[in-house]
Amino acid sequence: MLNMKDIMETITMIQDENLDIRTITMGISLLDCADTDIDKSCEKVYEKICRCAKDLVKTGQDIEKRYGIPIVNKRISVTPIAMLLAVSGGDPVKYAKALDKAAKAVKIDFIGGFSALVQKGFSAGDRELIKAIPRALAETNFVCSSVNVGSTRAGINMDAVKIMGEVVRETAELTKDKQCMGAAKLVIFCNAVEDNPFMAGAFHGPGEPDTVIHVGVSGPGVVRAALQKLPDDASMDEVADLIKKTAFKITRMGQLVGSDASKALGVPFGIIDLSLAPTPAVGDSVAHILEEIGLDTCGSCGTTAALAMLNDAVKKGGVMASSHVGGLSGAFIPVAEDAGMIDAARKGVLSIEKLEAMTAVCSVGLDMIVIPGETPAEVISALIADEAAIGMINSKTTAVRVIPAIGLKDGEELEFGGLFGTGPVMKISMVSPSKMINRGGRIPAPIQSLKN
Amino acid sequence: MRAVVTVIGKDMVGILGKVATTCANVNANVMEVTQSILQEYFAMIMIIDISALSCDIDELRQKLTASVPEMTIHVMHEEIFDSMHRI
Repeated sequence: MLNMKDIMETITMIQDENLDIRTITMGISLLDCADTDIDKSCEKVYEKICRCAKDLVKTGQDIEKRYGIPIVNKRISVTPIAMLLAVSGGDPVKYAKALDKAAKAVKIDFIGGFSALVQKGFSAGDRELIKAIPRALAETNFVCSSVNVGSTRAGINMDAVKIMGEVVRETAELTKDKQCMGAAKLVIFCNAVEDNPFMAGAFHGPGEPDTVIHVGVSGPGVVRAALQKLPDDASMDEVADLIKKTAFKITRMGQLVGSDASKALGVPFGIIDLSLAPTPAVGDSVAHILEEIGLDTCGSCGTTAALAMLNDAVKKGGVMASSHVGGLSGAFIPVAEDAGMIDAARKGVLSIEKLEAMTAVCSVGLDMIVIPGETPAEVISALIADEAAIGMINSKTTAVRVIPAIGLKDGEELEFGGLFGTGPVMKISMVSPSKMINRGGRIPAPIQSLKN
Repeated sequence: MRAVVTVIGKDMVGILGKVATTCANVNANVMEVTQSILQEYFAMIMIIDISALSCDIDELRQKLTASVPEMTIHVMHEEIFDSMHRI
């Protein structure tokens, strides 16, 4: 029998604590769209996306109404476009435009997969795609892009790292009239996952089924509200336990929504990504959870420890609640999307160096960080290399999504709006790493890769 | 199939009556009602049978909101509570 306390708890979570399903993401394989004629290939891509996803938005809305839970975004991830480009050749931006057109036609919020996987080296289509990223992101509205430059198994492709520093800068420059927005839609990964429903790094891995439904749950506000009720002298064991219980409930909701969506669309259910994904809304911040645990401001000493515990407890709670957990699963720390992190960065308490340490224990990496516009490409490349190294050695996903604020210096801010939030320009060391970056080549796979 | 209706807001005359009438108009059978008043706030939880509902859940919510516009109303399918609070 339902009891009043449980009912009120769910209602409060949704009404006051910003509990939502962040995204239903449909993965669509485009491998069968490859054609030696790029125009034909683009046509097939457009047709397949429209055919597979025509009911995605409506299904999402129906579920929202049935359960009274907001589903913030409906998204699509596709096969890394570099694979199609390998067959067709031609101007990669044509694919970006086809994706953009399809996204608009089915009325989704984002489409991810203008991607290349180059952790060990470039194959046909990879270099061309990567070079075209700045233009693709400048000339489209819904397309997101990602490049995997390293993995624990393969090491780090330093040639790709070098190019990506330049690509990030160029992307920001080409979109400088739009708050350098292009760079906010570009992620550079190490150990990228193939079933991630979250943007900007979503793509549909080649090992995935033809179509699949993934769900990304959110809910930092719920965790924080639960912790608020704990007495100040509750031990860290109790804190971790409460986070686990809360994560369990949130994930169960995601599981319900995911299996309903998969049934309604007749598409297999993939995974739940049980990430705590903050939004700029008040009360929906991961930094505020860390502060609730007992830090004065996020970024102080102790932040890494608190985040490590949070990340782990979220996974432990969620894993039993869902039949398939995947994606990035953990706590995100995107600075510009998190009200508490924005404040901490403005105060100067949260620095890029501290964030880098935090990425060793959270689920992704240096995310939505605005850096000064004058930052040279080599410095960005070196930052990517550092982050990839953390991922490679710790066998975890790490990512870099930095936005060079063209024309702005530290102390100023970029205003993205919507889920992307506001980014204060953060200080970054400008000491030159260019000799190392220009060496190129590959960082060999670490000893951890020899698991067999 | 059952749904949970929650009505929260400042207490006033006739809330239960209006909500129950709206439910009856769309053929939703009221199965259980719990209500409490905390200070001046009114909180009611109603479990209704929606197997023979003549409209969809969202329409019912809109109708209920229209009948007592001062209150915050949620209408949610029972499954969400079951999945979140039961193993």
